[in-house]
Amino acid sequence: MDGASGWMMQHAWLIPALPLASFAIVGLLVSPVSKRAAGIVATLAIMASAACAYLLAWEYFTLYPPGGKHPILVPWSYEWLRYQPGLSVNVGVLVDPISVLLLIVVTTVSSLVHIYSNAYMHGDHGFGRYFTFLNLFTFSMLGLVVAPDIIQMYVCWELVGVSSFLLIGFYYMKPSAVSAAKKAFIVTRFADLGFLVGVILLSYFGFRLFPEWSAEVGAATNGLAGTQPVDFAYLNHPAFLARFSELHVAFLGTSMLTLAMILVYMGAAGKSAMFPLHIWLPDAMEGPTPVSALIHAATMVVAGVYLVARLFPAFAYSETAALVVMVVGAFTSLFAAIIGTTQDDIKRVLAFSTLSQLGYMMLALGVCTTEYAAGYTASMFHLFTHAFFKALLFLGAGAVIHAVHTNSIWEMGGLAKKMPITHITFLIATLAISGIWPFAGFFSKDEILVSALAGGHPLVFGVAFVVAGLTAFYMFRIYFVTFWGHGRGEGAAHAHEAPAVMWLPMALLAVLSSVTGFIPMGEFVSLGEHEAHHGINLAIAIPATAVALLGMGTAAFLYIGDGRRAKSAALAMGGAYHVIKQKFYIDELYLFITHRIIFHYIARPIAWFDRHMVDGGVNASGWVTRTSGRVLSFMQTGQVQTYGIWFTGGVAFVILILWCALL
Amino acid sequence: MGPVSWLIALPFLTTIAVVLTPERHWRLIRWISLVGTGLGLILTAAVTYLYWIEARADIELLRSATVTKLYLVEQVMWFKPLGIQYFVGVDGISVSMIILTSIIIFCGVLASWNVENRTKEFFALLLLLVTGVFGVFVSYDLFLFFMFYELAVLPMYLLIGVWGTGPKEYAAMKLTLMLLVGSAFVLVGFLALYHESGLHTFDLQQLATIHYSDRFQWWFFPMIFVGFGVIGALFPFHTWSPDGHSSAPTAVSMLHAGVLMKLGGYGALRIAVYALPEGAKAWGLFFMGLTTINILYGSFGAIMQRDLKYFTAYSSVSHCGFVLFGVAALNLMGLKGAVLQMFSHGIMTGLFFALIGMVYGRTHTRIISEMGGLAKVMPWLATSFYIAGLASLGLPGLSGFVAETHVFLGGFFGNPWSSVMMTRVLTIIATLSIVVTAVYVLRGLAMVFQGPITKPHFEELGDATLTERLSTGILAATLLFVGILPWLIIDLIEPSLYPFINRLQGLAAAGAIGTL
Repeated sequence: MDGASGWMMQHAWLIPALPLASFAIVGLLVSPVSKRAAGIVATLAIMASAACAYLLAWEYFTLYPPGGKHPILVPWSYEWLRYQPGLSVNVGVLVDPISVLLLIVVTTVSSLVHIYSNAYMHGDHGFGRYFTFLNLFTFSMLGLVVAPDIIQMYVCWELVGVSSFLLIGFYYMKPSAVSAAKKAFIVTRFADLGFLVGVILLSYFGFRLFPEWSAEVGAATNGLAGTQPVDFAYLNHPAFLARFSELHVAFLGTSMLTLAMILVYMGAAGKSAMFPLHIWLPDAMEGPTPVSALIHAATMVVAGVYLVARLFPAFAYSETAALVVMVVGAFTSLFAAIIGTTQDDIKRVLAFSTLSQLGYMMLALGVCTTEYAAGYTASMFHLFTHAFFKALLFLGAGAVIHAVHTNSIWEMGGLAKKMPITHITFLIATLAISGIWPFAGFFSKDEILVSALAGGHPLVFGVAFVVAGLTAFYMFRIYFVTFWGHGRGEGAAHAHEAPAVMWLPMALLAVLSSVTGFIPMGEFVSLGEHEAHHGINLAIAIPATAVALLGMGTAAFLYIGDGRRAKSAALAMGGAYHVIKQKFYIDELYLFITHRIIFHYIARPIAWFDRHMVDGGVNASGWVTRTSGRVLSFMQTGQVQTYGIWFTGGVAFVILILWCALL
Repeated sequence: MGPVSWLIALPFLTTIAVVLTPERHWRLIRWISLVGTGLGLILTAAVTYLYWIEARADIELLRSATVTKLYLVEQVMWFKPLGIQYFVGVDGISVSMIILTSIIIFCGVLASWNVENRTKEFFALLLLLVTGVFGVFVSYDLFLFFMFYELAVLPMYLLIGVWGTGPKEYAAMKLTLMLLVGSAFVLVGFLALYHESGLHTFDLQQLATIHYSDRFQWWFFPMIFVGFGVIGALFPFHTWSPDGHSSAPTAVSMLHAGVLMKLGGYGALRIAVYALPEGAKAWGLFFMGLTTINILYGSFGAIMQRDLKYFTAYSSVSHCGFVLFGVAALNLMGLKGAVLQMFSHGIMTGLFFALIGMVYGRTHTRIISEMGGLAKVMPWLATSFYIAGLASLGLPGLSGFVAETHVFLGGFFGNPWSSVMMTRVLTIIATLSIVVTAVYVLRGLAMVFQGPITKPHFEELGDATLTERLSTGILAATLLFVGILPWLIIDLIEPSLYPFINRLQGLAAAGAIGTL
């Protein structure tokens, strides 16, 4: 509601609206007529949306130059759903550094993936459907990013979930894709249960404390006029947080704030696939590869991180909640990196890598406090760079899979010569994720390590440090196996370079993965003005690079050549290797709980109970009625004497009752 | 004769027209029904418009009202000795239910386009039933209300018994008997109100001016609530629903689950809560508990069903639980959520049953495990099925979300007359259903539409015909419409709920809506 802001700021709603319009137009009108046109229209819509996002970023940072204070603006909002007087949901657009950052990431990666998909999905039966869903996803994700209140966040959260479901199950004739889609939706839905209850708690207490808060904040805050109890501006306000954290949950011994934040975090952990809700992400790789690049690497899975960042003041206010974020993040990053070293499917390795990197972002948020918020910047920085290099890795993997028609790295090999562009871009991305200077990952990872150590969490720093080494190891493992040596499978022998429509986006992402590290992120995204941007901390950068090189060297030692060394190393690890390869049997555990316990001991008995007990009761009452009718019909003998006896008996009975009552 | 009377008269006149048309012109009969219900849609739009232009001026007035403000009223004495009147009118709740009914019956006629057995009787009964339903939604005289209520329930027996499938006689008998037992409770309740008031009238507006003794309310609130609860699938009186729905022909299932089950929630709100607020306060928590069972029990029950219709019927039990849960929450969000859920569930389940009928017409089976991969041959039906399924699991952007969040927030916010701790715990238990619903919906849909095609002859099946596209398209579009532009229907409903809240809060607190 800032009059001085520019045109794009006032029309920021266009950014999500363009993909939405395109979704409707492509889905209903274009796709049934021409598949080719569907792809083109969808791509153009996203590119237009990207142009708007860049313009918005430019306007915002011209208005509030880097290094200064960056206010949270809501230039556009509209009442959408009024629950009751004093509790409404406004749909709107929130503009602040992190939403601008995410808008750029989402529109950029989405545009590139759209372009790439025009070639990758060429000739597919469901070409039009694919682009329709992809547009739906992009709309939902952009809506999520600009959400000014927690309910719009939840709404778009569910919508990205369903678009992810639709795209994972895109090849719906394939049973594995169908069950992966189902799994992804149900697991995240389970997590969203926590989110929903969290939202309900926040709405309730937000609503209850709202009058007090508005009295306290007073008329001084003109910028907060029209605020609703579910708006982030309110939920993150110190005055509200102070009151909210005074409320205690008697039976849990925590504050209401902590409880609400942990519930909200449950949703975030589901979407960002944190342990133990991570099981859906590796299976989600059943979807088309560009989808994995866009949704399951660069954008949707970071929604959880974004949610925590969006509610950062609230998380930081509750130490317990921040601790949970940190511990789960650190554990997931290590856990996933370990599994990643043993997988054979190139996309699954990348999926576990995504998990691990998401853990990084989460732990960076968890180590922050209100006083020391470097991790916040670090987390957003890593989110930004990771989006580019991970999308690139997936697009590269897609190009490889497109060429060799298999996902197994052991059937690839020797692709460096046959696919030179793919090879170079993949190598750049691999170096970037491993944290080698001057590629983007080096800078953002460095900041995370610094913030963990400086935030006073040496153990977390240690974990992150080990993970840095593991990351370099598993990434170079697949790099060497895929691109070096000689072709092992049928497909690898006949592979050839991807068409320009595919490699151009990859080349662009490679450029981004190389240069984005030099962006002084602290100037753009930070919580306090006193934030000192570190530059490179050599005391950490040198050991971190050394451990990455160690991982790289180990991978080179084990996997260059015939791979005999790798086999013997696996043998030397014995049972542990097997357990890791089976992903610690977490999936089996889930299967046991859902099928064996829930279906068997809850759903089936209920179905039986309903048919035999409750309904039995109904049938029994029918039987009683019929039988009593028959019995009573014996009494209707038609003999006056019998009636007389009944009559006398009845009268005597009534008198008896009256007599008892009178006594 | 005003627009509201026309609303009742139109389906009745269509019934007569159908009856008078000779059986051999069965095509004409279909068209008469379609035109009649189409005119009904137009009339409904007119009624909505007339209501809205009058009502929007009264919003401030309604904030402190304790008696429902009616619009488009027609009131004449009908039978003086007993004080029975012909008294019809609408408020926001009625209007939303009328819109629902008009849409469902129009789509129901389209979905029954291929009924060939005794076409005439089928459409005649269907339209007669709808006459009753419209009558219930606009009557403000309890006698008239009850008469229309019975008119809506009874044709069901024949519709299922004659045109049904499977153990249809058993199902028809069971359904009719259980619903009649329910209406016996309702009738007793009505007569009690009549006598206790001493006003010698069945006029609901007048009956509502009396403050009945707490003791009377304590006895008769549950009686009326349970009486309506039977048709609203209140646990444990819901068992007629799976059998009834699965045996009924398509249009009848649509109407029954889509509209008739709403009579329960509507009656519970309109009469039990409205006339007996003290009873509602005393029993609110109990019924919240019972409906929490409804919600979860229905959804768990649906997981293991093998027949698509049973599957949808259990899902209806769960969703109708939300309606009564919202009513029992006794605050603005709860009541609004209940009305929204009635509307949303009506459209959604109408779509479900229409689609099941269409799929069954092609595959000749309703057993979930016997189908598979149908999305390939019938993309339109699959898409519509998914829209219905996603609405059912409360996906934002579709109507279910709007209704369910209202109900959850209503339950959690609680009310001053029940233990807040208990209502919160119950609400959180009820939210579990969002996961369970996702499980059964996705399992069911995946088995029917995805995976490889299980039987070779499925390859030759066709997608939806034009009439089928029209009917499913209208229903799906309605779900999207309410989900995307919820404020339109909320503006329609909300002001009419203020008097209910004011009554619950007592006259002293009138005007204090914001605090509940």
